[in-house]
Amino acid sequence: MGAFADEAARRLKSNPAAVAALSVTCAIIVLTLIGPWISPNDVQTLDWLHIAAPPGRSAHWFGTDRLGRDLFVRTLAGTRVSLAIGLAASVVSLLVGVTYGAIAGYIGGRTDHLMMRLIEILSGLPLIFFVIFLTVIFGRSEYLLFFAIGAVGWLTMARIVRGQTLSIRQKEFIEAAIASGASTGRIILRHVVPNVIGPVIVYATLTVPQIILLESFLSFLGLGIQEPGASLGTLIAEGAAEMEAAPWILLVPGSFLALLLLCLNIFGDGLRDALDVKDG
Amino acid sequence: MIRYFFTRLAGAIPTLLIIVTATFFLMRAAPGGPFDQEQTLPPEIMANLQRAYGLDQPIWTQYGRYLKSLMHGDFGPSFKYKDFTVTELIGQGFPVTLQLGVIAMALALSVGILLGTFAALHHNSAADYMTMSLAVVGIAIPTFVVLPFLGLLFGVFLHWLPVAGWESGSIRHLALPVIALALPPLAYIARLTRAGMLEVLRSDYIRTAFAKGLPLHTLILRHALRPALMPVASYLVPAVASIMTGSLVVESIAGLPGIGRYLVQGALNRDYTLVLGMVIIYSTLLIGMGLLVDLLYAWLDPRVRH
Amino acid sequence: MIPTLSTHELSIRFSHRAGTIQAVDGVSLKIAPAECVGIVGESGSGKTQVFMAAMGLLAGNAKASGSVRFEGSELLGAEPSMLNRVRGSKITMIFQDPMTSLTPHLKIGTQLAEVMVSHLGMPWGDARASAGRMLDRVQVPEPKRRLNQYPHELSGGMRQRVMIAMSLLCEPSLVIADEPTTALDVTVQEQIIELLRAVRGEFGMALALISHDLAVVAGLADRILVMYAGRVVEDASAQELFRRPRHPYTAELLKCIPSISGPRPLRLPTLAGQPPRPGEMLEACPFTPRCSRAADRCRIERPQLMGAAASQVACHFPLSS
Repeated sequence: MGAFADEAARRLKSNPAAVAALSVTCAIIVLTLIGPWISPNDVQTLDWLHIAAPPGRSAHWFGTDRLGRDLFVRTLAGTRVSLAIGLAASVVSLLVGVTYGAIAGYIGGRTDHLMMRLIEILSGLPLIFFVIFLTVIFGRSEYLLFFAIGAVGWLTMARIVRGQTLSIRQKEFIEAAIASGASTGRIILRHVVPNVIGPVIVYATLTVPQIILLESFLSFLGLGIQEPGASLGTLIAEGAAEMEAAPWILLVPGSFLALLLLCLNIFGDGLRDALDVKDG
Repeated sequence: MIRYFFTRLAGAIPTLLIIVTATFFLMRAAPGGPFDQEQTLPPEIMANLQRAYGLDQPIWTQYGRYLKSLMHGDFGPSFKYKDFTVTELIGQGFPVTLQLGVIAMALALSVGILLGTFAALHHNSAADYMTMSLAVVGIAIPTFVVLPFLGLLFGVFLHWLPVAGWESGSIRHLALPVIALALPPLAYIARLTRAGMLEVLRSDYIRTAFAKGLPLHTLILRHALRPALMPVASYLVPAVASIMTGSLVVESIAGLPGIGRYLVQGALNRDYTLVLGMVIIYSTLLIGMGLLVDLLYAWLDPRVRH
Repeated sequence: MIPTLSTHELSIRFSHRAGTIQAVDGVSLKIAPAECVGIVGESGSGKTQVFMAAMGLLAGNAKASGSVRFEGSELLGAEPSMLNRVRGSKITMIFQDPMTSLTPHLKIGTQLAEVMVSHLGMPWGDARASAGRMLDRVQVPEPKRRLNQYPHELSGGMRQRVMIAMSLLCEPSLVIADEPTTALDVTVQEQIIELLRAVRGEFGMALALISHDLAVVAGLADRILVMYAGRVVEDASAQELFRRPRHPYTAELLKCIPSISGPRPLRLPTLAGQPPRPGEMLEACPFTPRCSRAADRCRIERPQLMGAAASQVACHFPLSS
């Protein structure tokens, strides 16, 4: 296991794009955390003297929006929200997906067949519509946003884990564990899960940007985070409205989101190459 | 094989029915009704409205009446846009959305396949890496960021293209929305084509074709292309779904009078018939696409036919 | 008379991440017009790569040096357009596995006709008619029906006949058959060898028959080349080779052919040891570790091909007649 991790780390390091992507991501994360300390401005304050000010002209480094709110701090706050939701929802879908997949792959037979059919059906629907639907009908709450995102994220993970579990199931050490009388749950936890870690890590890394994208999309449409909370999606929506008069209101959050997603994707791809994971 | 197609077609109808039924009852199950948004009306007027639209009937009756009207191609009146029936609304907006979607799909397919083939033929060269890097950008960056950025660049700064608005038959107004819409599927198709092509180029039968001294374009077009496109064929249905989703965003940002806005607005307004109409349209499109893809598989690989 | 194919000191190296592999090491051979030459050797002996070089089919990481001439014209490093004209029309190749060597989504007729359309400028209709006639000559039953079928609808033996037909359509000067029978059932193998014999008689082209199996080559070849570790170790007429093998390796190979007549051996004879791994570069005679006649000179000095025209051998201590 150690040698495997070393080899993977080596391959990852020799991939300049992935390394750069990781560095930028970390830089962004650090920035969102320390940003509020280094900027003299506040997320809420409406600076009536500097409405829709372009960047660089004043104490507002990235300019201000229509209501005079500092864009730098707002964007960082929005990034923080997007990252938090992305991470949290990813963890949830990871737990659900891994559990579901491990059970399906381990038990096999008809149970597995049924469980995979469910996944097939859910994958077939254009989930975005379903999500918009639910979010709109049952209220614009952030909890529903979470549920909706969670409903989408676990599918691929479950499939991957199930595939891995199926192949591991055949191996001898599982037979040995069963023969020694270990319970199913224990076997799954102690033996199956550690061996599927590789692909899980990769797909978790690739799930995070997907979820961030979904959350931003919903917020952009007005179905996600509500005022006065800001997520990158809502900031971009505001910016798009002001595009012709004050382009920076769009450019700043837009660039942040684009950069974040790009780096996460590049890093995820690099990780996948390094761990040499094929699709389940 | 014709029989297989009709079996699939027959199977599609129950699926559609299930989707319509589920949507119908889900919408009614949600809190609130179509007239809540208006200013509070006196109860008698509310009751009248309910009666006029048949909302006072038991739910199964409403369901039956709806299905019957569907048979006649009538989607019912819109609850929100009082002067129009859903059929009229869809009729107005659908051509726009269709135009947008079809052009975007065509663009994604043609440019994507071209780029993918090019990258595969120049495997491991600078051109290959550049093309694939562009593909990552296309996949990672969401449409609702790309379109405003494009608008900023080409509209506000360069003044080449209009940022928003719509004129019937005008290419200029469609240009940016189409490009933004086509970008993610284009990127995926390029990646899939490249992978498929690389795989195919390693086959024995390509070696034979090469040994026959055929010119490169013949080899690629006649021998390599069809099997290389199998993964792309599998992606077509998700591609259509992606374009449908994207059109929601694109139409709202660019102010295009298509049907995209009806889904979200309709759901927000509890405009039951409108939302149902939209769901039917979208589901039919996807299911239809699925059937087409099945036919496509048979053409790409004759072994499937037997 | 210009030989149809001749190589001079042909060497082929493959570069991998782990190092370079010398697949072919200084091979010089000649194939005369209408001559059938059998090239025999184990896997890794380089027998196929020599002809891949002639066809311009070497892999991207391969480097060839020396000379390969077809009817006097140099093929190595020639213009790709010139190579493309020659390939598939004047020099054609039949590959080992007929199951995977035909394009699955194209009809047989198309795959056959396109050779003539491309090389001879024939219109499609005429080309298909010619293809049908050729299928008849290679004894494919119901040729017209076959033209409209797909490869997966044909058996392995029939597909190989199609490959043979495909190789003859433009009246080539040289046909290279790379293990044409290896992937086929034993009964079908016989038929294909018979077919090759008939075709040779009818068309009179030169034939390079590559095989690891001396028995396959025995019936057809005028002359046989034995290759080992990328080098030609014996080059003799078929008669001479079978009657009086001069290289120890050839002698061992002959012992390995089970015979129908004679006493049944308790164990099938095999050659002891392994051929050198492809990566190993050797200065001296590569057969030394497995040779019962090996001496110090074999370990130091590389033997060169020497002898009369009918029988050449690369050995310091060749078997005497």
